[in-house]
Amino acid sequence: MFEAIAFYLFAFLTIAMFYIAVSTSQALYALSALAAGMIFISAFFFILGADFLGAVQIVVYSGAVMALYAFGMMFFDTTREVKEKQGNKAIIIGLSSLAALMVVVIVAAPIVGNNIEALYPMTEGAGNTQEVGMVLFTKYLVPFEVAAVMLLVAMIAGIVLAGKKMDLSLTLMSDSELMIMKEEDKKVNL
Amino acid sequence: MMEIGLNHYLVLSTILFAIGLVGVMRRKNLLMLFFATEILLNSVNISFAAISHYYGDLTGQMFAFFVIAIAASEVAVGLGLLIVWHKKHNNIDLDNMSSMRG
Repeated sequence: MFEAIAFYLFAFLTIAMFYIAVSTSQALYALSALAAGMIFISAFFFILGADFLGAVQIVVYSGAVMALYAFGMMFFDTTREVKEKQGNKAIIIGLSSLAALMVVVIVAAPIVGNNIEALYPMTEGAGNTQEVGMVLFTKYLVPFEVAAVMLLVAMIAGIVLAGKKMDLSLTLMSDSELMIMKEEDKKVNL
Repeated sequence: MMEIGLNHYLVLSTILFAIGLVGVMRRKNLLMLFFATEILLNSVNISFAAISHYYGDLTGQMFAFFVIAIAASEVAVGLGLLIVWHKKHNNIDLDNMSSMRG
């Protein structure tokens, strides 16, 4: 009963938030709606008994990813709107529905075909975090390490890409210095 | 209606995936495109967690973890590239990013 109420409530909230995130033209509204949607999604994980996944969802998405987007947005002029050229709406909606239907078929096909046997069944009397740890550090140890290396590579790439000229403060420089810097940039880019 | 089964979660996941897909197709702003990508990844995570719960199998949750790790690194690299592009061209409009067109 409560599960059903919670499911429908959070389903409605998540869909509403993500709809706002894709339909609004303001980047700030989209960011806030997306952050709210991420938190609501973690509610599904808690309902489903995946406590650790829910906590990771909140920490990684609402904490790290949204903070990263917020910092990234400070580099841009978010008040200026990017012109959204409207294409053919029928084609877009048709393609999306088709792709979504394909996803359902792909997910449902093995379930309809034969009953799946649990590869790593849940252990009795262990909490979710404990189970996740036991499976992650035995069966999925190599993918775990590969993911760690990938995150390191991504971190270095982010620093290298975004960290250029971070030692210069654009607000403290005079206009003539800025002009000189811009022209140097143009020469380099040519 | 009151009994929440696997299909409820799969339908929800599909709806969210469709929303994200519409976002990917109609957005012309690169930042908004990243937001839509996050929605796609999250909708798939819901179905992974639901399948994991209803089949008593932890593999789904493991996949969800790796999807989250990939999403985090995608954001780091993507935002870095976005900042470089914005510094160079002073816009993040997708239609202008056609310099590699043959």
